[in-house]
Amino acid sequence: MWTWFYRLASPPSVYRVAGVFAPWLLLSAAVFIVYGIIDGLAFAPPDYQQGDAFRIIYVHAPAGWLSMFAYTLMAIAGAVGLIWRIKMGHAVAAAVAPVGASFTVLGLVTGSLWGRPMWGTYWAWDPRLTSELILLFLYVGVISLRAAFEDPNRGDRAAALLAIVGVVNVPIIHYSVQWWNSLHQGATVAKFAKPSMPGSMLWPLLAMFMGYMLFFFGVLCMRVCAEILNRERQASWVREVVRA
Amino acid sequence: MTVGSFFAMGGYARYVWPCFALAISILLWNVWSARRYHAQALKRVRRALAMAGSNGS
Repeated sequence: MWTWFYRLASPPSVYRVAGVFAPWLLLSAAVFIVYGIIDGLAFAPPDYQQGDAFRIIYVHAPAGWLSMFAYTLMAIAGAVGLIWRIKMGHAVAAAVAPVGASFTVLGLVTGSLWGRPMWGTYWAWDPRLTSELILLFLYVGVISLRAAFEDPNRGDRAAALLAIVGVVNVPIIHYSVQWWNSLHQGATVAKFAKPSMPGSMLWPLLAMFMGYMLFFFGVLCMRVCAEILNRERQASWVREVVRA
Repeated sequence: MTVGSFFAMGGYARYVWPCFALAISILLWNVWSARRYHAQALKRVRRALAMAGSNGS
């Protein structure tokens, strides 16, 4: 029953599928992001409390969300590699890490630039901000742990273990604004109720979420291809691909 | 809306514009670094191939 899964998760088929998908994902991401930025900056009405500063949400909220989504994906991929010894699990986990870390930085810096005019400070040791900063440290830890071992297999396993342990931080980030008194505002879209925004503000935000997601998977496909080339250097199929 | 008021962002220009500039830079960095990583991996495979070829196979 699992043979189809193992065949699908084999390096040559992952390499082929990822290579085909990458440009289309990036192209459609560009369409959503360009629309989202133009509509969000120029056509969405200013917020009644925050004025034009609220527009930062269009680059900030999807980055924060993606930083958590990517981390969870990295932990799951690491677990797949650790438990079922599927090599592609570790390759995907290694490919996710730098992309996820970059979106964590984007979320933190844009949040800081938004905090200054709204809260009067660039940084506060607030539950949401602190737990997101810990997420960045976890990404950096996973990346450096993988690189710290002479034997790449041991590096993969150690990185997967840290990623899995660190995943407890993800629900903490998400619920921090409900569990504790936080400066950070509550969820706007990701909740079981009507989004607290009118359509003219919401559409560009949803487009940015969609664009960031497509972009993430596009870049991930590119990085997975590179990981596979690195890891399967000695395999005959890789040599055929490169020679062609 | 005039061009001037668009760039002024209601007085929040120095917070809004850097955020969007950073977002675009990070997106571009991701594409650039993924391409570079892929090119490096290809180069490594080619080098291994050339070494195998010169070993008289």
